[in-house]
Amino acid sequence: MQLKNTKLTNDAEACGQGTKRFKNVSSTLALAAIGVLGAAQPALAERGASDSWDFDVAGLYYAEDDDRVMAVEPAFSATRNFSEGEALNLKLVLDSLTGASPNGATPSDQPQTFTTPSGNGNYTVSPNEAPLDDTFKDTRVALSANWSAPVNRDWAYSAGIYGSNEYDFFSLGLSGGLTRYLNQKNTELNFGLSVEQDTVDPVGGSPIGLSAMPQQGDTNRDASRDQSQDSKTIVDALFGVSQVINKNVIMQFNYGVSVADGYLNDPYKVLSVIDSKGDNVKDGSGNNVYLYDARPDSRVKHSFYWQTKQALDNGDVMDYSYRFMLDDWGVTSHTLEAAYQWHFASSYIEPFARYYMQGEADFYQRYVTDAEYNSGSPTLKEASSDYRLGELDAITVGAKYAWSMGDGDIANVRLAYYMQSSSGDAGPGKLASQELYPDTNALIMTFGYSF
Amino acid sequence: MFMKRSLMGIGLVGVTMFMSACADLGVKPWERDTLSRPEMALIDSPIEAAFDDHIYFSKEASSGGRSFGGGGCGCN
Repeated sequence: MQLKNTKLTNDAEACGQGTKRFKNVSSTLALAAIGVLGAAQPALAERGASDSWDFDVAGLYYAEDDDRVMAVEPAFSATRNFSEGEALNLKLVLDSLTGASPNGATPSDQPQTFTTPSGNGNYTVSPNEAPLDDTFKDTRVALSANWSAPVNRDWAYSAGIYGSNEYDFFSLGLSGGLTRYLNQKNTELNFGLSVEQDTVDPVGGSPIGLSAMPQQGDTNRDASRDQSQDSKTIVDALFGVSQVINKNVIMQFNYGVSVADGYLNDPYKVLSVIDSKGDNVKDGSGNNVYLYDARPDSRVKHSFYWQTKQALDNGDVMDYSYRFMLDDWGVTSHTLEAAYQWHFASSYIEPFARYYMQGEADFYQRYVTDAEYNSGSPTLKEASSDYRLGELDAITVGAKYAWSMGDGDIANVRLAYYMQSSSGDAGPGKLASQELYPDTNALIMTFGYSF
Repeated sequence: MFMKRSLMGIGLVGVTMFMSACADLGVKPWERDTLSRPEMALIDSPIEAAFDDHIYFSKEASSGGRSFGGGGCGCN
C-alpha cells in the first residue's frame, strides 16, 4: 500500500534543494492528510490512478525462541480506485499458528501432568521446566471489504465489513467512519464506530472459571464445562483530530473507547494452587489441582494516541508516537514508538524502535494460594495467571528496507526482534527458586510487494 | 476517580488548545508537496500496521489507539 503508484525519482525540482526522496507523481493533494480510522485508511491511503486496481502482497513470519509460538501470515490486498474519489478495498489474510504456549501453571521441582483441552489426552512437564501446552495449533482466515468515498468538499465516509474464522473462534464485524475537513483541509475530524461479534467454541468446551481441571477420561468432566457456545461483543468508537502543522509536519490525536461484553476468559489457561511451602496442592486422588482462568465478563478500555510525522529538509521522514491506555481491569500501559526513514535515490532504510510498559490487571496472580482455593470453594471471583495481563515491559527494535522495482512497483523487507520481560512476586517457599516470569523473545520478519 | 478526572481535565485542555491553535496552523493547497508524499500518510503501510497490531494484541493487554482495538482473533 505504501509508496503506491509512485516513481522513485530524484525530486530536486520539487523541493529546490537537490534532495533525494520518493516522489508521488499521481497523488491527490487532499489525500495527504487522510485520517486515522481503520475502516477509512486502506482505501483512502491508496494513491492509484482512477479506474484501476492496485495490489499488495505481503507476508509475516513470527517465531518465538525456544520453539514456542510460530506464525506464518500471508496477506493479499486489492484496491479499486474510482473516478470520483471512491475506493473499494478487499483484503484476505491467512494465519497459521503452531508451537507451544504457556498454560499458566507454575513450574515445579516435581513432574506435572496436564489434561489436554479436549480431555482425551495429557502431557507431562519435566521438573523445573515451564509448563507449555504444545497442542497449540490454529489456522485463521480473515476477509474484509472497505468502501470509502467523498460526500462533498467537506465530508467523506467509509463503511466496512470484516469476518474471520478459526477452528474455535468466529468473528464478524461492521465498521463505519465519517470525516469532516476544516481549514482548507488542514484540520480533519474523524469519527469511527465498529461493532464486532465473536463466537468462541473452545476445544473440549468452555471451562467454567475457577473450576478444577479434570483428569484425562474423567467421567464427571461435564461438571467443569459450560455446555453452551460462548460469545462476546466488542464495540469500538474512535474520535480523531489530525492537523497539518506546517508544510513538513502533520500530527494527530485519537481517543478510543472499546467496550467488550461476554466470554472473556482464556479457555486454555489454568492457575496452580500453591501451599505456604511452595508445593502444589493436591486433590483427594493425589493429583495436582489446577483451576481454570476466570476474568470479568466485561471490559472497557480507553486509549489516547498521539502521532507526529515530520519530513526533514534532506527528504528523510521521522515518525513518532505515544499511546496511553487504561481499562477497568486495572491495566495501564504506555507505548512509545519512533522510526526514521533514511532516503536514498530509489530506496530507503527505516530503523525503528518501540517501547511498551504495562501494569498488571487487578485480578492477575501468578498462582492461587491454598487459602484462596479454600478446599474447592474458591474465595476469589476472578483470577488469571496469563502473563499478558501481568506486569511487563517489551522492546522491539528493527529495520525496514524498501526499494523501487520499476514501473511504480515497490518491494520491502523488514526484520525486527521483540523482547518481552515479565515480573511479579517471587512466590512462597521453594517456588521462589523457580522461574515464574520467563522472558518471551521473538523474531519478526515481513515482506511486501506493491504493484 | 481522581485519576480519571485529572485525565479528562488534561485531555479537554489539550484538545481545546489543539483546536484553538488550528486556525493559525496549516498550509495553503499549493504548499502540500511534501505532505502529499506517500510516506507522510499517518499510516503509510496499512498491511504492516495490521501485522504489528496482531502481534502486539496477541502478546500484550493493550490494543488500538491509531485505529480500532477490536478483537478479531481468538489469541487473547
